[in-house]
Amino acid sequence: MKKCFVALLIASLFPAAQAAELTGTLKKIKDSGTIVLGNRDSSIPFSYLANNSKPIGYSVDIAQAIADEVKKELKMPGLKVKYNLVTSQTRIPLVQNGTVDVECGSTTNNVERQQQAAFSLGIFQIGTRLLTKKTSGINDFPDLAGKNVVTTAGTTSERLLKKMNEEKKMKMRIISAKDHGESFLMLESGRVAAFMMDDALLAGEMAKAKKPADWAIVGKPQSAEIYGCMLRKGDPQFKAVVDRAIAGLYKSGKINAIYDRWFLKPIPPKGLNMGFPMSHELKTLIAKPTDKAAEQL
Amino acid sequence: MNYNWDWAVFFKSTGIGEEIYLHWFMSGLLWTLALSLCGWLIALLLGSLLGTMRTLPNRWLAGIGSAYVSLFRNVPLLVQLFVWYFLIPDILPESMQTWLKQDLSPEVSGFLIVTLCLGLFTAARVCEQVRTGIEALPRGQRQAAAALGLTTAQTYRRVLLPQAFRIVIPPLTSEFLNIIKNSSVASLVGLMELLAQTKQTGEFTANLFEAFTMATLIYFTVNMGVMFTMSRLERKLRVPGLIALGGK
Amino acid sequence: MEFNSLIDALPALLEGLQVTLKLMVMAVMGGIVIGTMLALFRLSNNRILSLSASVYVGYFRSIPLLLVISWFYFLVPMIIEWMTGKPEPVGPFISSLVAFTMFEAAYYCEILRAGIQSIPKGQVSAAYALGMNYRQTMRLVILPQAFRKMAPLLLQQSIILFQDTALVYAVGLMDFLNTARSRGDITGELPLFLLSAGAVYFVISFTASRVVMHLQKKLAIAQAH
Repeated sequence: MKKCFVALLIASLFPAAQAAELTGTLKKIKDSGTIVLGNRDSSIPFSYLANNSKPIGYSVDIAQAIADEVKKELKMPGLKVKYNLVTSQTRIPLVQNGTVDVECGSTTNNVERQQQAAFSLGIFQIGTRLLTKKTSGINDFPDLAGKNVVTTAGTTSERLLKKMNEEKKMKMRIISAKDHGESFLMLESGRVAAFMMDDALLAGEMAKAKKPADWAIVGKPQSAEIYGCMLRKGDPQFKAVVDRAIAGLYKSGKINAIYDRWFLKPIPPKGLNMGFPMSHELKTLIAKPTDKAAEQL
Repeated sequence: MNYNWDWAVFFKSTGIGEEIYLHWFMSGLLWTLALSLCGWLIALLLGSLLGTMRTLPNRWLAGIGSAYVSLFRNVPLLVQLFVWYFLIPDILPESMQTWLKQDLSPEVSGFLIVTLCLGLFTAARVCEQVRTGIEALPRGQRQAAAALGLTTAQTYRRVLLPQAFRIVIPPLTSEFLNIIKNSSVASLVGLMELLAQTKQTGEFTANLFEAFTMATLIYFTVNMGVMFTMSRLERKLRVPGLIALGGK
Repeated sequence: MEFNSLIDALPALLEGLQVTLKLMVMAVMGGIVIGTMLALFRLSNNRILSLSASVYVGYFRSIPLLLVISWFYFLVPMIIEWMTGKPEPVGPFISSLVAFTMFEAAYYCEILRAGIQSIPKGQVSAAYALGMNYRQTMRLVILPQAFRKMAPLLLQQSIILFQDTALVYAVGLMDFLNTARSRGDITGELPLFLLSAGAVYFVISFTASRVVMHLQKKLAIAQAH
């Protein structure tokens, strides 16, 4: 009888103790009954808006899996999932100031950003390459000497390109356009000979072109970058749940279905097909997930 | 707070040659000033001309002025720059296209187009300020000038315009400040002016707040300087007899 | 074929237009009220009032709106967290609205100040001679004239605001122009989308300015001085 009472006491204390243990983001999510996911407006096919303004894409599917894992962890099947649009400038501050709980888009995990935010296991890996007209005669980076080249402002490609120009005295004239769409327009309108960017994003721009067959992605990748989901720093409890969700997708093989859906099949809104088979690097990442930046490996 | 402050970030190397991030801000400021000053020159000249035209008795001239304002004022600057940079060059003759897109360095061709676009856009606004200034003058002045035997040209040069410009100095100052801020549209064509460099620094270092603080301080200093100069000019040129200070 | 993507994007575009219009109307109304107060403060004989108004105006005229909106959006939740220990996000719409209203007030203030200053001093003396006090003079004699005289510039400033709402993209709010840009980017039809957006802006602003001009003619001050 007494034993039974003690067991009951412990049992009744335990869930309370467990709830009290919740800290940081998980506590915030539980208290507010809402998880806020950061999404982008036109980062194809990772995170963009459908015609009805609903977020869709490869990274959005992963974010959804994270939300499901949080529901399971908190035992709150009715947890509300809210999206908050971020831009490349706002994503870090919004994660920090608590507006967004986790941002999955096309955010490169790098050392500078790790000072401000934590990263989940990597969700994608890219190489930085060149998009050019098939007839341009450009096959690799050395061919760019003396030419006009465009890249998107604020990206790793921009830094690499400027560095290459400085160190190898290539006399390239580099334009840093505002976003990928404008970079591609510069290429299409004949202002530049090539566009340097993450290969997956180049494939997206190529798919959107009037005549996709006129363009080619060339050149030896200048850097490898791992995309990750961003969350607040110093919150191991939440990070464990996020990582578990991603590792779950990798282990169960569900990631392959998600990949095929966004990179090998027609996608909304116009039924474009990226035609971008999974790279060896991404396969390795899925087999051996890591939350490190590519330069830390 | 989760934010990791690092004020030394401006002195860190950008990883390109010897550059530090402070250099980016300086070059950004120079682009911003160059674009806004050159654009302002076009805007002030063309805008004053159009503003005067709008108040003339000649209906054709007034009509041209008002059509110009309607077109350039009612379409967002970003759309206008897009048209000037991406669409209009494609309808030029082949040789001019090559010159604009290939022979000129991208920075020079971008600068020319942005300056032109900013100038034409702001001219529509200056035009309205000048017109408002002229129309704010009592009609009797025009009649008195006519009675004194002044021609229309003389009336404008000696009577109306000198007063009108003095009345609209405060709103014209606003327009000048606007062109400084509007010049940030240049990032659309890849010119790295102050705001673009700020975002760029934020992206590369992940120290966005420090970059924003720096930009806020620079804009504040520059524009305060402009305002101080203009308000001294305004005080010096104030039209006697109108409400000067306060309702007394 | 090309126009199909435009039609498909209509729901998103209309949603964006709604954001733009809502933001503009609310900011214009708030801005004119605060702006008028500021203009009176600036011209007041009370040094503290006039100084604080001119510092306010100076500050907001010299900082790009984009920075104002961003600061507000990023910092206010952090300040709330610092004070209450709990992060409390302010929505992007509220941030933008407050930033725009404060910003527009500075501009309307400058326009009204110029309007008030363009009125002959004799009117003030006349009003005082009729036994009106300062408040009555302003409300019944000076301000109504200043508003009418400056109507074109007030309108112009509001049109500028209508276009400037595109800056709310900085806080991830999709207004009309950004929706057009984003849809154009996604479908690879950027020129079509931007030109169409430009046409819509043109039609709305042009119609609005015609209506205001018409009203202005009706209300025109008898130019008898």
